[in-house]
Amino acid sequence: VSATADRPARKNWTVGLRKRAVAALPPEKLLPDGQPTYMSSWIYVFGVLSLGSLVVLIGSGSILALKGPTWWHVTGIGHFFNSMHLWSVELFFFFMVIHLWGKYWMAAWRGGRKRVWVTGAVTFLVAIPCALTGYVSQQNFDAQWISTQAKDAMNAVGIGAFFNLMDFGQMYSYHIFLLPVAVVALVVAHVLLVRKHGIVPPFNLDQRIGVGAAAASDGAVAAPPPGAEAESPAVAEPAAVSGEQPEPAAKAESPPGGETEPTPG
Amino acid sequence: MSRAERKREDEQYRTWGGGYRPYDLIREFSIAVGVVLALVVVLTVLFSSPDERPTTIQTWSKAAPIDFVSVATSELDGSSATAGYGPPYNTNGEPQQIAGIRPANWFGVSYPIDTAKDYVIAPLMTMSSVPGLQSAVNTYTSASSSQQAKWTTAYNNALAKATANPDGTVTVPGNATSFGPVALMMSALLANAQAGGLDGQLLTSKQFYQTDYTKILMFLQDDNGDNAAANGGNLPASANPGYFFARAEGQNLLGSQWGMMNETGSWPGQVWLWLYTFWYQIKPFSTSANADLLVMVVMGVLSLAFILIPFIPVINRIPRWIPIYKLIWRDHYRASGG
Repeated sequence: VSATADRPARKNWTVGLRKRAVAALPPEKLLPDGQPTYMSSWIYVFGVLSLGSLVVLIGSGSILALKGPTWWHVTGIGHFFNSMHLWSVELFFFFMVIHLWGKYWMAAWRGGRKRVWVTGAVTFLVAIPCALTGYVSQQNFDAQWISTQAKDAMNAVGIGAFFNLMDFGQMYSYHIFLLPVAVVALVVAHVLLVRKHGIVPPFNLDQRIGVGAAAASDGAVAAPPPGAEAESPAVAEPAAVSGEQPEPAAKAESPPGGETEPTPG
Repeated sequence: MSRAERKREDEQYRTWGGGYRPYDLIREFSIAVGVVLALVVVLTVLFSSPDERPTTIQTWSKAAPIDFVSVATSELDGSSATAGYGPPYNTNGEPQQIAGIRPANWFGVSYPIDTAKDYVIAPLMTMSSVPGLQSAVNTYTSASSSQQAKWTTAYNNALAKATANPDGTVTVPGNATSFGPVALMMSALLANAQAGGLDGQLLTSKQFYQTDYTKILMFLQDDNGDNAAANGGNLPASANPGYFFARAEGQNLLGSQWGMMNETGSWPGQVWLWLYTFWYQIKPFSTSANADLLVMVVMGVLSLAFILIPFIPVINRIPRWIPIYKLIWRDHYRASGG
């Protein structure tokens, strides 16, 4: 697709990036309207609850940042938003830990999903200094105590020389900009990787090698997922591009009595 | 199962060939945001959040004048934790090490603090209206280090029997001449601190605007009773903590109280630091002079392992061996007769 009448230049960087992006994440894969039938457990809720907490966390933090670091100490409404910020970070970590444990017990890195795990784990680890810099930016006794205690560990490993927990200006910059940007970037990468690869299928109870993930446990014949790979004929059809799932192929190949349901259109 | 077989099995999970059901991700996300927002508001209304006022030099020197004078004297004679800390504040102490490697030395002194000059001498030199004070300061600074040590030692020893007066001053018993100029210097510094002057003097710097609280916080953390800061905040139960540490102890914030993961009062703090805090509670970390470095190295290794779980043999197979997945996907297995 080109906005101009002329064909784009052969080495057009923008077109190249667009092609790669669409190939990796076609719209129906980026925002699918269906999910595999095995996605039926409360454990799946904790990923999106982590995202929800991050939204509330950033929202409450943005209000605190807009009003400046003194506001919440001297006004009731400021204290209210500070409390929201505290509880949203507690919930963020709580949901994230359950999400991580759930994904561990699913071995969610299977089937080429290792980067999904790695980005999630790094997000958790980057969120820790993000929270720490917030605690030392509170400008109260807690901040005094935590900064003077935690500085010994920073100094011991050498980073205390340029990451000074007792420098409010530096910590505030880290807390309201640098580290949140890193967390959000990692979360975006994590979610895009989840969309690219889809959620991990269940373990095969049948250990036989060569039996498809669905076929072994479901009795269903393998069908292309929503937004199937570029080589899938269904994707090339206009219907697939408009967000429809490869329904006919799945129906046609489903054995009678199989679990495979008509995919949403 | 051989490595090749495991790889082939892993490939089976690359795509899902089974059924799909309608799902609205955006609606799910919107509901999640709404649920979390409601939960956060309820928690905020019910529990609010803590905001303990910071300790200032003024509140400390008024509440515990003898304690303040004692710490100020340790800054003057170079016996405080800050004075002997080493990098990044000075070169007076050896940083923590593992196998002779001391990472703190790599970057040298980044935030120079000369405790005698910054905390005592320089503030006193601004107090030109106190009779005899400038002369006392000059006497002290021009004396030999051994003479200075005699004065501060005599004064320190006498402080053990000092009494605080209702007007906030401190009476130090003993032969006043053995204290040299130190007695006048300390009484002037105490008066300055109680008036709030020292708070400002330790914050101001060369430029008008500044946000660096390193000097004043390092002074406050030297108020550690039995030098608990040198032990990672692990104050012994029998110790008599200083004002700053006593306040932290009352809020369950000491290292021996799992302080790094606690919040003031009864609020949850950084509970995700439980493993980091745990190491400080057990040997060899709890008794090591290199505890911080050791704990950071252990946590670094564990963090790397956490990131690389998919690549670590045995650890990445445990979910297959312990079938919690059967609970997670029980509907799927039930439907497929597995």
